[in-house]
Amino acid sequence: MTEIHSAARAAIFSRIREANSTINAAMRTAGYQNIQREYQQSASMSRETIVRTFAERLHEYDANVYESTPTAVSSIIAQLLAAYGQRSAIVAKDVPREWLPKDLNWKKEAEASIGDFDKAEDAIIVCETAIAHTGTIVLRDSRRLSLLPDRLLCVVRERQIVETVPEAIKRLQPFAADALTFISGPSATADIEMTRIRGVHGPRILDIIIVRD
Amino acid sequence: MSIRVGDAAEAPPFQKAVLTLLGDTQLRQNVRHATDVITQKRAQVVAEQTDWQELRSAASAIKTHVLQYLDQYLSQFEAACTAAGGHVYWATDADEANRIIVDLVQQHGSREVIKVKTMTSDEIGLNRALEDSGIHPHETDLADMIIQLGNDKPSHIVVPALHKNRQQVREIFMQKMGLRELGDNPEDLTAAARQYLREKFLNVKAGISGANFLIAETGGVCVVESEGNGRMCVTLPDTLIVLAGIEKVIPSFRDLEVFLQLLPRSATGERMNPYNTIWTGTQSSEGPQQLHVVLLDNGRTRVLADREGRQTLHCIRCGACLNTCPVYRQTGGHAYGSIYAGPIGAILTPQLFEMKHAQSLPYASSLCGACYEVCPVKINIPEVLIHLRGRVVREQRASASLEGIAMKVMSRIFSSRRRFEAAQRLGKLAQWPFVSNGWITSLPGELGNWTTARDLRPMPKQSFRDWWREREKGKQS
Repeated sequence: MTEIHSAARAAIFSRIREANSTINAAMRTAGYQNIQREYQQSASMSRETIVRTFAERLHEYDANVYESTPTAVSSIIAQLLAAYGQRSAIVAKDVPREWLPKDLNWKKEAEASIGDFDKAEDAIIVCETAIAHTGTIVLRDSRRLSLLPDRLLCVVRERQIVETVPEAIKRLQPFAADALTFISGPSATADIEMTRIRGVHGPRILDIIIVRD
Repeated sequence: MSIRVGDAAEAPPFQKAVLTLLGDTQLRQNVRHATDVITQKRAQVVAEQTDWQELRSAASAIKTHVLQYLDQYLSQFEAACTAAGGHVYWATDADEANRIIVDLVQQHGSREVIKVKTMTSDEIGLNRALEDSGIHPHETDLADMIIQLGNDKPSHIVVPALHKNRQQVREIFMQKMGLRELGDNPEDLTAAARQYLREKFLNVKAGISGANFLIAETGGVCVVESEGNGRMCVTLPDTLIVLAGIEKVIPSFRDLEVFLQLLPRSATGERMNPYNTIWTGTQSSEGPQQLHVVLLDNGRTRVLADREGRQTLHCIRCGACLNTCPVYRQTGGHAYGSIYAGPIGAILTPQLFEMKHAQSLPYASSLCGACYEVCPVKINIPEVLIHLRGRVVREQRASASLEGIAMKVMSRIFSSRRRFEAAQRLGKLAQWPFVSNGWITSLPGELGNWTTARDLRPMPKQSFRDWWREREKGKQS
């Protein structure tokens, strides 16, 4: 395979170079820097409006949004789980202990097997950053925990919320080579008659708790 | 070299295929409903994005730039992906890509694979190649599943089963999943798919996906989706094979800030689609231990060599041009005879084939320009369509077709006043058997190609030249 493979590589590269024979190969960096980026790259709204927009956009895409003070997080989580009839959950490693209800029967993400993820009804996670404009949370890690359980609960700190996609990408740049997951609402499809259905393969329910600083 | 675009080489011409499809009222109703819903949703979320035109311009500039330095960005991607634990392979055509992927799955020892929706795999006919080697591919996108289980063909880039309604989907699912009862609500049908596939996601050890973006700077891959099936396929298997066209590379992680705003709004009318996954090599503590990226040419470098046509490679496969196209909205996707339907298919398919097949497609358009207006990366589709029509004509002229001969005769007639006036006199005499009620509605032979779609006024009794001559005479006297 290796020989065919390197012959194919050489053939493709020589065809590309032939097609671009009039291009000065040394001008790449300058060419990239000269790309005009006149789109919005920084926030234009007040902090309060940004948080409100984030909540509205999440809501529009079927996520449930709750606001909390730093000390009330555990009681909101307790209420939510009680409403679901649950006393157990799998919890991501960066979730502070004090956010977890006292009587919660919880398992660490690192100790969970694929079977545990599949069987779990509830997952509790945090995010790296959040985008108001699109109602998006962005996760580093927790790829399986945020996918297999039926309900996903994410706690977002107010300072993690930015207004625009470019601001989020800037914040994520140091982690560009990590596994990143952008989540905007529960898993969904519109493949049958363009009717939007919640919860195809990923979580059916997305709960977001915004912790005000 | 064997360039393949699905079964497009064997497909009938568009103008012929369309005749049967236009008679299928159910299909036309389904297509009309789906395209209406998406275009409305798109219009809303595009209108609220105040910097939409600036985003389009930036996206177009990034794509133009990438194509100019494609070799450099591809080798940068290859080096970064390899450094992060991935393996990169190169395939000049469909057969090579299929062979590489079948070999990889066989080395892994798997008899089945889970697949995320990838148009590129339909382009190379990957499922057939896998099946021929005894490997069963499970399509996991809901629409792709409907197509696979129903032995059907995709009719749209983004929502490939939009030509099926709920009752039709229900029948396919009941039959193929062996269910005795199933409702026909989209909720019931979606739940059936969830149950059917969960076990596959947890147990099948090899996955195949496409890529929306390959990031040269980091060697990362970005997959954009809605259902979560994509995340399952790129996260849970031990071995993951990514198949991507060479034009999918973007320079930097930062460029995602442009494309991740344009793609979801254009494709499904959402501000952001539910899930985007970006991962790099095999460094993540979760995700496949083996990552193979197969980079495919299959005619793309030839498109690159055509100065007017190369902008076709900007395409990010959003499908907005299909939804807005007055021709696609009437015919649906199957008439195009290619997995790439609609305006973008009409320019992409014949170019990948080097104009050897699908020559009717550049004519499957009214050149109204709606496709250019909605294109998030500013591909001037009407301009490319006209350019390709020119190529078709030049090639036909070279091969001395009847039309070519007719055009030569015409050019002789039009170049001399004497011959032109003689032809007018002859035309006036020859047309009378075809005129009825002041219109010509049907002409014989090759000329009939004109009158199948349009009626003609007959030539007037007195030509402008005759009238002018008489008028001048009158003045003198």
